[in-house]
Amino acid sequence: MATVKLRGIRKSYGPVEVIKGVDIDINDGEFVVFVGPSGCGKSTLLRMIAGLEDITRGTLEIDGKRVNDLEPSKRGIAMVFQTYAIFPHMSVRENVAFGLTINGVGKAEKEAKVAEAARILQMEHLLDRRPSALSGGQRQRVAIGRAIVRDPKVFLFDEPLSNLDAALRMDMRMEIGKLHQDLGASMIYVTHDQVEAMTLADRIVVLKDGQVMQAGAPMDLYHEPANLFVAGFLGAPSMNFMDVRVSEVTESNVTVSNGALDPVAVPRKGRDFTPGQQATLGVRPQYLSPAETGRGMLHGRVALTERLGSETVLDITLKDGSKLIAALGEDRILAPGTEVNLNFDPGQAHVFPEQR
Amino acid sequence: MTSKLTTSNRAGWGFALPGFALIATFIVLPFIFAFWLSLTNQRLISPNPTEFVGLDNYRSLLSIDVLSIEPERDAAGALVRDDDGALSYPAVRGFTRNNPDYPQYAGMREWFRWHWGDTAKVVIATDVIFWKALANTLTFVLVVAPVQGALALGLALLINQRLRGINFYRAVYFMPVVVSIVVVSLLWRFIYDGEDGLLNNLLSALTFGAFTGMDWLGNPDTALGSIMAMSIWQAVGFHMVIWLSGLQTISPTLYEASAIEGASKWQTFRYVTWPGLRNTAVLVVIVITMQAFALFAQIDVMTNGGPLDSTQTVVFQAVERGYGKQDISGGSTISVILFVLVLTISLIQRWLAREKT
Repeated sequence: MATVKLRGIRKSYGPVEVIKGVDIDINDGEFVVFVGPSGCGKSTLLRMIAGLEDITRGTLEIDGKRVNDLEPSKRGIAMVFQTYAIFPHMSVRENVAFGLTINGVGKAEKEAKVAEAARILQMEHLLDRRPSALSGGQRQRVAIGRAIVRDPKVFLFDEPLSNLDAALRMDMRMEIGKLHQDLGASMIYVTHDQVEAMTLADRIVVLKDGQVMQAGAPMDLYHEPANLFVAGFLGAPSMNFMDVRVSEVTESNVTVSNGALDPVAVPRKGRDFTPGQQATLGVRPQYLSPAETGRGMLHGRVALTERLGSETVLDITLKDGSKLIAALGEDRILAPGTEVNLNFDPGQAHVFPEQR
Repeated sequence: MTSKLTTSNRAGWGFALPGFALIATFIVLPFIFAFWLSLTNQRLISPNPTEFVGLDNYRSLLSIDVLSIEPERDAAGALVRDDDGALSYPAVRGFTRNNPDYPQYAGMREWFRWHWGDTAKVVIATDVIFWKALANTLTFVLVVAPVQGALALGLALLINQRLRGINFYRAVYFMPVVVSIVVVSLLWRFIYDGEDGLLNNLLSALTFGAFTGMDWLGNPDTALGSIMAMSIWQAVGFHMVIWLSGLQTISPTLYEASAIEGASKWQTFRYVTWPGLRNTAVLVVIVITMQAFALFAQIDVMTNGGPLDSTQTVVFQAVERGYGKQDISGGSTISVILFVLVLTISLIQRWLAREKT
């Protein structure tokens, strides 16, 4: 168990800077998820924590000790890779015990640790198999087992579920969550999948282009995204954005409108606007609700209806030609071509001064 | 996206046929000929009709025996010793020429001997040169296969690094492979030259004149070793490239995982690299073995089997018999024996290296 502290971490490959000054504090026992689109530097950041990539500038502390120049094996970390990285010529038992074997740990202790890891992961029956006889999920379990026996201060996961199929991914996601509860260890988890981030994290760090966009608890990020990028990245289906014009700015609200949207006052959350400027309004599809004819703030026509069972997702073309997605109740099945009027709670909407 | 060309059965055969035809014409057919000729007394040019002789050729090539000879004793039964105190033994030809007591040794000659107490054990064979050639070839294989394979692996590990200018080194090590073995052999004849060769000059310079020179190819003790060294140097680059391709199939994350576990360089090699090279190793060892058994050009250019038959090899003998002595059936017999030998060894190697489950 340990804290991890990143201070002004930078990484350059020649003239190209891929990590542009990252500061993150990870508390003891915390589950932190780095999330972002591919190429945002989240894996590079994790690999720098692991010691597989050099840190160009900044300091990395694990458990209060600067570890910038320490070998990966000396940092007290364990890592689980997307491609499992289990040794194909060794049995599961040998794979799990690998670190103990090469460090000359005694037989009895090795047996006990492997048995304990196998118990935690419920894979006692797999111990004598070869990796080639395992499914993807089982292989990943072996890799996690190898991490557990190291007894690390920090677990690092690099997109561990990306090579699994959808159903298995959900199971393994739950298991990793449970593992965190059982072990109580600090964990850093990298993914591009915002569902994994939302479900697993104590705290999410959203990255883009080598910079932290926002860090915080999942629901805080969901409800109070700091910027357009975070707003669009978290949540499925993703947030609707509308280009709007600011007509009035008050102490707490900003009034915006466009061709399809009647003027509405939205909390401005400390952001600065000037009347007449272009801005972006964001409303999550779930917070849109149908209104009676002639009412509502948004007006358009249904382009496509997707029935998902638990909800109905409507593709709507607004009056001004822009697109909108609404996730309505399960019985709100509207035929394409139907005129719709939609309402939303301004308190659940976000307005950003940036433009898309 | 499957075009008609890649799915058509006829196109498949069309592509395979030229290869099949070439292999059939130049490998399968000659081998069948060789097998048939080895059962006859066919000569390259002969006025006499060819006769079927069964396994006579094999018999005369392969017959080998150990003759025990007791030292000579005088009338009193005491051992006869010469002035140096050495024992005296009757000549071997007394047993192998016109001796009705030992019809089975008729026509055989001494290969080598050792002593068991006072008894001399003499290995005699009908075709001593063939046995010498076989022994030389096996020695060559046993030395070249492991040394060349290990050296090539070492080089592959060295050039498998991301260093600036690494391609220069890759090219340098591979260069001898693209030069014809005949040219290489000619050049190395100059290097090994006993009078003014490069090697002698180099050794003399390194030892400040203490080394006075040696006729590397003219001395029975060094000739085969010299050819081995040169052969290893010539083909090591080829196997280096095969090892390199094997190394590059090993997933880099396996190395990262072992780095995180704290594996030393040696442990990384032992647990990650070497197991990952298993199939490559089988290929390299089999290819080197087969190439080593086929040793011919170096001998033909550098020593012609000499001195004192110390560099005779099986393939050189096959060619020498078939064309030098115009004994086609004898050469064919050697070829067939070589084929069986190489096949057996390759099968054994594959069996030893099989995937154990």
